[in-house]
Amino acid sequence: MIANPLTRGRERRVLPGFGLSLGVSLTFVSLILLLPLTSLVGQLSTLSLSQYWFLITDPRVVASYGVTLLAAAVAALFNAAFGLLMAWVLVRYEFPGKRLVDALMDLPFALPTAVAGVTLATLYSSSGWMGQLLAPLGIDVAYTWVGIALAMAFTSIPFVVRTVQPVLEDLPAEVDEAAMTLGATDGHAFRKVLLPYLWPALVTGTGLAFVRSLGEFGAVIFIAGGKPYETEITSLMIFVKLQEYDYAGAAAVASIVLATSLALLLVINLWQGRFIKRLHGGRP
Amino acid sequence: MNWDMNWRAAPRNVFLATALSATALSSLPAQAQDDEPREMLNASYDIARELFAAVNPKFIAWWEAEHDETVAVNQSHGGSSTQARSIMQGLRADVVTFNQVTDVNVLADAGLVAEDWQDQYPNNASPYYSTTAFLVRKGNPQNIESWDDLTRDDVSLIFPNPKTSGNGRYTYLAAWAYADQAFDGDEEQIESYMKQFLGNVEVFDTGGRGATTTFVERDIGDVLITFESEVNNIRQEYGEEDYEVVVPPVSILAEFPVAVVDEYAERNGNDDLAHGYLDYLYTPEAQRLLADFNYRVNDEEVAADNSDRFPETELLRVEDVFGGWPEAMETHFASGGELDQLQRR
Repeated sequence: MIANPLTRGRERRVLPGFGLSLGVSLTFVSLILLLPLTSLVGQLSTLSLSQYWFLITDPRVVASYGVTLLAAAVAALFNAAFGLLMAWVLVRYEFPGKRLVDALMDLPFALPTAVAGVTLATLYSSSGWMGQLLAPLGIDVAYTWVGIALAMAFTSIPFVVRTVQPVLEDLPAEVDEAAMTLGATDGHAFRKVLLPYLWPALVTGTGLAFVRSLGEFGAVIFIAGGKPYETEITSLMIFVKLQEYDYAGAAAVASIVLATSLALLLVINLWQGRFIKRLHGGRP
Repeated sequence: MNWDMNWRAAPRNVFLATALSATALSSLPAQAQDDEPREMLNASYDIARELFAAVNPKFIAWWEAEHDETVAVNQSHGGSSTQARSIMQGLRADVVTFNQVTDVNVLADAGLVAEDWQDQYPNNASPYYSTTAFLVRKGNPQNIESWDDLTRDDVSLIFPNPKTSGNGRYTYLAAWAYADQAFDGDEEQIESYMKQFLGNVEVFDTGGRGATTTFVERDIGDVLITFESEVNNIRQEYGEEDYEVVVPPVSILAEFPVAVVDEYAERNGNDDLAHGYLDYLYTPEAQRLLADFNYRVNDEEVAADNSDRFPETELLRVEDVFGGWPEAMETHFASGGELDQLQRR
């Protein structure tokens, strides 16, 4: 049995002083996470329930939820497949330029998202390099929801690669070789041996990518087109409300994005806890 | 419904966050102030970067000649609503030079700018003005002359989102004002014109520069609608042969309001400097510079010298057609307003 990294290090503590480290952590959590959240809730408290309901169910805002969810889901699924493949290639194979490709994976985090958006819009508009090739096939990318999904996929790919990669690194190649010697086909070995092991990391990475895409603004806005009911994303609706000095309205719509993201992260965390328990035969 | 008043609560809610950064800044050791030149900050709209980069050195020379004092002018640029919001949240600008009256009104409502700011300087405190014009592609293939050409089925339009851009709001109001005149105020006909007009928009960018990029770099749309000044600047920058400017016979008067942010100018000890800066914008020297940037000016001599660049147009005032900016905002751009109705499917 392979040592599972997830069960290690319960007893030993490298950092001494529980009180101090917890205190510092909580202070930072309060400053960086709780304070902005409190401010958001403060904005919401200026609304009555019916006003809140009216704001979040406005047909145009509801249409933007649809566009955002669809594009984020497509982007996350694309990243799940492509990110897993990328992590696999980076861990299991040696090839010239591997370091470079590995470093490139972090580029979407390093690149200002607005720059990414402008670049993608230039490439994929009907006069751009890629757009020119796709336009005759009847595929419009820029200024459609496909472009939105593309921009989201670009900004969130590192989440999948970087969560799957270390888990895959901990899994020696001998494991799939052993599966083969025991008569498993490639597909079998992948589905029955590799995937169950990678599953939690893959789901977490995909979930993070999805949540990140829900709130993405900079990269998406340049390629989105901003047509009412068609290519307006929820972040744009929040931005519009801010431009109107309607802070409460912006907070109301933002609270929906936030609640969706939090709920999803919570579900993933709970599911992961149960999954890992099951992986270890009921033992924690 | 008075949720539009809710933004007033905002400063209190962000108070803690701002206070933190403010204490961090103010605890920096104060430099020897005597040999440093006095500094002022001009908060301005997005596309005025190049304009004020040209104005400021001339103002500094002018101020030095008049007052024997070397000063420095800092600039801050962004969408003018965003700028107004930053100022309310503590950006200590001495003057604002905006492209929207409403954004100065917001500051006046917050008590940062005098209530009567529009009376403090000539021409409604607008040292220069412009209007909404069209940029079309080489040879004007669709023969666009005026607003009624823009609702044809074969014409696609680019202008920034009126919800997020002052520039876009002017375009919307200009089209409405045209329709109002053309259909003699017939509500139904105006609305059907506006529906067609908005339906012809290919891409709604969030700001003026974004729309320019979409039209010029991405080759999308037949007509770009933006300020006359911007239209001419684009043509000069991207090729005089590739584009043509069409100034419609009727359009809207776009004022570029300026005001001293009294509250901060006083606290910064820049009261005289801030007023001097705005005074300077009305001098013939500055007016000439503004005209060079394709803005229309009121100085008669400068206007006469540049008359060939600015075609005669009937310029309708927001106050006359819509009853004023607060009314226009309330009726047309507020949540659930006319614009939202027109864009409803």
